Amino acid sequence: MKILTGNDLKTGAVIWWTGVGWSLDVNDSADVEDHGPALIAREEGVQNVFAAYVVDGVKTGEGVRPAHIKERIRALGPTVRPDLTLKPSDPQAVNWVI
Amino acid sequence: MYKYDEYDQQMVDTRVAEFRDQVRRRISGELTEDQFKPLRLQNGLYLQLHAYMLRVAVPYGTLNSTQMKLLGDIADKYDRGYGHFTTRQNIQYNWIKLEDTPDVLAELATVEMHAIQTSGNCIRNISSDQFAGAAADEIVDPRPYAELLRQWSSFHPEFLVLPRKFKIAVIASEKDRAAMRLHDIGIKMVRNDAGEIGAQFYAGGGMGRTPMIAPLIRDFVPLDQLITFSEACLRVYNRYGRRDNKYTARIKILVHELGKDEYIRQVEEEFAHLLTQPIEPPLAELERIRAHFTDPAFEAGAPDELDLSNPNFRLWVERNTTAHKQPGYIIATISLKPVGGIPGDASADQIRLMAQLGRDYSFDELRVTHSQNIVLPHIRKADLHTVWKALDEAGLATANIDTVGDIIACPGLDYCSLANARSIPVAQKISERFGSAEKQAEIGELKLKISGCINACGHHHAGHIGILGVDKKGVENYQLSFGGSEGADTSLAKITGPGFDEDGVVDAVEKATQVYLANKQGEERFLDTYRRIGMDPFKEAIYG
Repeated sequence: MKILTGNDLKTGAVIWWTGVGWSLDVNDSADVEDHGPALIAREEGVQNVFAAYVVDGVKTGEGVRPAHIKERIRALGPTVRPDLTLKPSDPQAVNWVI
Repeated sequence: MYKYDEYDQQMVDTRVAEFRDQVRRRISGELTEDQFKPLRLQNGLYLQLHAYMLRVAVPYGTLNSTQMKLLGDIADKYDRGYGHFTTRQNIQYNWIKLEDTPDVLAELATVEMHAIQTSGNCIRNISSDQFAGAAADEIVDPRPYAELLRQWSSFHPEFLVLPRKFKIAVIASEKDRAAMRLHDIGIKMVRNDAGEIGAQFYAGGGMGRTPMIAPLIRDFVPLDQLITFSEACLRVYNRYGRRDNKYTARIKILVHELGKDEYIRQVEEEFAHLLTQPIEPPLAELERIRAHFTDPAFEAGAPDELDLSNPNFRLWVERNTTAHKQPGYIIATISLKPVGGIPGDASADQIRLMAQLGRDYSFDELRVTHSQNIVLPHIRKADLHTVWKALDEAGLATANIDTVGDIIACPGLDYCSLANARSIPVAQKISERFGSAEKQAEIGELKLKISGCINACGHHHAGHIGILGVDKKGVENYQLSFGGSEGADTSLAKITGPGFDEDGVVDAVEKATQVYLANKQGEERFLDTYRRIGMDPFKEAIYG
């Protein structure tokens, strides 16, 4: 699947396109198929998201996972600071990144 | 230390107001990201892997305690409770919000700090010896010259759009503690046969994908020509440096391709021309700056003895302190490399504690080192045990300076959008593997440096042991290298052979230390033994 990511303009937070809006959680990602460029043009035009691009993803039993390690780390947070990731209460969450 | 005059303060305040308006226009949609990106980068605001990152300049690594305290407060108020001290003697915040940035910069301006020229193709923060003004082996304090260069290079209209970024280091002792010859320009303050102080210039050094050691380009530049000669070096680079390919745009490539002699010829020609122009500030200006760097009021006859009956204190003194030029005083380096910790990170509370210790025991001064540690430069020996106890209670008394646990590591793929592999977990595993004091004592000085990509922010080329993280078809892989050095005997490390996975590279480092211990003669360091016996015995142990 193809998933669309970018950064929130005001906070810089990593966000993922859900099909109707943006989410901090990669698990909410929608498959944008080949609509990525059009979505990027439209969403960046609204000015709330920037640096948007499409990455490969995989739908697993545990949720959507970006294919490349760099994007998986980007999706969760720094592997060396579980307390700063999206799942601070689950130190094992970094395991799906590596 | 240097105190802003009205012009310095006005420049910084004006820039804050200007950036505040630019941020407002970006958020309101008046500016696109393409328009805004160069503006935010000029103010040190990057977009990293997870968020915006703000890099704050610490000129030549020198801070007062008020500045240090504010760095801790900013970490709490605007970030996530910590800061990361970098190999450029700066500090970075990893979670800054765009909408908060003008307020952060405004607070920094109140203590004479900013983030100007911490990004972009300009002259970056000038770095220097972290022991400047305190070291027993320096011929002069290098910071007044670094400050003069800072003032010359700040907003210099001719050098704000160079072919690539440009880094300058200034030192003033034989022992190079600033990796001076691995800078675009390295300056060593020297004394000539007549006893006059002047500057020795090296140009064309650097790390990155094409590491090079800067050659000497002039043996002695008189103090009243320091800026003029610097200008000549930059002008030749600005004129002929490659702008068509960023990988060949650094001055090291120009010096290499022209040849050292031709680069020198062109610089001297430009220098002769510039001498006819009134661009050199009067020596009175240098004297004005120098007056800010006078020695603190050291206590004459301060006791020179230390009670080393506590073994933990004794170990810390042996590892983390350095001789001071003033009897009765000592330089203490605070390691930001606890066993299993993140190199260079410090919590807001730790930053504030170091600020307090600087205020109470080090004449209000602290330094950031390019090894990502903090220095209290002027401690009375009589106060050292008190300082150590306070550090120990805050988890800041790790006794490992210049040992295998004192690892330089870039943020790597945990934070950096340019990285190919994570650096920090490798540093943590090595630090834990070699965590015991006995093991570190047995191995002695071993500088290990890790970069998460070829840009070499972790200085792996200059490590006695260097590790470079690469992306091998989506999997992290680590190249190992030996023989680098950043000191007076600067050398570049050589790759051992095929790379390793994360655990494999930690094992390989351990095998390398075993080869060293089996072969060392006398007081040889790892680097000395490697240089004497060569790569083969190490390769045999690692790959055999």
